[in-house]
Amino acid sequence: MNVNPGLRSEQEAGKSMNSYLAPLVREIQPSGIRRFFDLASGNKDIITLGVGEPDFITPWHVREATVHSLERGYTSYTSNSGTPELREAIGQYLYDSFQVAYEPSNQILVTVGGSEAIDLALRALISPGDEVLVPAPCYLPYSPLTSIAGGVPVEIGTYAKDNFKLTAENLLAKITPKSKVLVLNYPSNPTGAIMTYEDWLPIAKVAEEHDLIVISDEIYAELTYDQKHVSFASIPGMKDRTILVSGFSKAFAMTGWRMGYVCGHPDLIYAMLKIHQYTVMCAPIMGQVAALEALTNGIEEKDRMVDSYNQRRRLVVKGLRDIGLDCHEPQGAFYAFPSVESTGLSSDEFAQRLLVEAKVAAVPGNVFGLGGEGFLRCSYATSVANLTEAISRMGDFVNKLKQG
Amino acid sequence: MKAISELKLKVLDLLREDARRSPELLATLLGISLEEVKTAIRELEEDHIIVKYATVVNSGKLDDEKVTALIEVQITPERGRGFDAIAERIYLFSQVKSVYLMSGAYDLLVEVEGRNLKEVASFVSDKLSPLESVLSTKTHFILKKYKQDGIIFEDHEEDHRLVISP
Repeated sequence: MNVNPGLRSEQEAGKSMNSYLAPLVREIQPSGIRRFFDLASGNKDIITLGVGEPDFITPWHVREATVHSLERGYTSYTSNSGTPELREAIGQYLYDSFQVAYEPSNQILVTVGGSEAIDLALRALISPGDEVLVPAPCYLPYSPLTSIAGGVPVEIGTYAKDNFKLTAENLLAKITPKSKVLVLNYPSNPTGAIMTYEDWLPIAKVAEEHDLIVISDEIYAELTYDQKHVSFASIPGMKDRTILVSGFSKAFAMTGWRMGYVCGHPDLIYAMLKIHQYTVMCAPIMGQVAALEALTNGIEEKDRMVDSYNQRRRLVVKGLRDIGLDCHEPQGAFYAFPSVESTGLSSDEFAQRLLVEAKVAAVPGNVFGLGGEGFLRCSYATSVANLTEAISRMGDFVNKLKQG
Repeated sequence: MKAISELKLKVLDLLREDARRSPELLATLLGISLEEVKTAIRELEEDHIIVKYATVVNSGKLDDEKVTALIEVQITPERGRGFDAIAERIYLFSQVKSVYLMSGAYDLLVEVEGRNLKEVASFVSDKLSPLESVLSTKTHFILKKYKQDGIIFEDHEEDHRLVISP
């Protein structure tokens, strides 16, 4: 029996309440990943390759530093932009790691995760009807966030034959007079693709010629394996038209802390700061303490984790190929993106049957947009033992499919 | 001591995490050939860098729990041979699991394992203390092991992540 009359009347009125919603919000589709999560949750024996976050726990020195700061009573607001020490450390880190220089006082804003940073950037830039170009398959939120900001998302397909890199040709094909923003996410979730300096040059040329502002989500920048990450902002002439988004979640295993940052031209950062201060005020001080500790004393642990991802990457790619699934070589992030086309099943059907029949959870590629159909996102952020078992179960499943 | 190659260090790291990893798995994880892995392991064994493949047991979970003591030993070093001779006389006893020469308030730290408290006590009183150069001993029994060789025994660091996430 429902003893909460308020709740009951809300539920009863549920259908009609929808009419109050802003059409923009009503039309947003729930995440396809979420739907899959509901299928998988509650089942204990599942090995999951569906997780988009490190399997490491935030290193103890980071957690300990935060506990210590709480004991000393650090529980207040910080400046809207984030503590000066943290912005200073972020500036130094970006310069040391990726050779991009930002002035901590007016070019760096600390945000609640990279997600807030992307939202701020889109809201600061988009006027109704502006088109936002998004290479796909891609991380889910770019298109819905564009819609919420009043813009029109335009997906640009990227393909396995190009190792899922964005090409100038594919980009040009989608540019219209309304194109204003290009969102980049390299290393890429879900494909693991990266862009080299040479890959960036023609893209930079197009951005300049068509006067595009670039939001470069570089949250996986530290997770590259055979070559170093090249920040789009480091390409000559691109810094002022680039908004660099990053954070601590992936490299430092800090997803739950929700710590991110955004860097760019002072005018753009100032605009984002205005939205930020009226919505979240500032990032939580505990998270900022943790982030500062991670940058100050955590580089070695970060490198150790990256090394470990690299080992698992080799294991998974070889494993997938050995069981007969085509898989391009992912060069970054922690995802392999094999093709399941040879099995004759759609992404969705393959992933659902894999989950039910083999108890391995992975995310069907079609949820990541254009070009994702026919692929499967397999996260290798899990133990060597889990990966070995998952690949073996997938192998049995694929064999069974082939025998009819 | 010779400098050890980067590759061998990586092989060592992976085997320290789990000694049962096969050369094939190591080759895949490191992206090198099976031959290179086998050569590295063989040389590590020949050079006595890898001396044994052991199992770390959480003895607290066993019924027939053995007793382990850490004994601080003060000794008079021997002319010409320093602490080495007396250390050797001590480490040759089968009850002794490890012996370290220490800086600080005492000289040797001796780890002794016995079936029960009495067995360790009689080792200390009958074998260790009577040695001529031993000046004093201080015996500390281990009550509970929380972490050994980098392995935390209480397994509370579970995977709290959602099954599927962005």
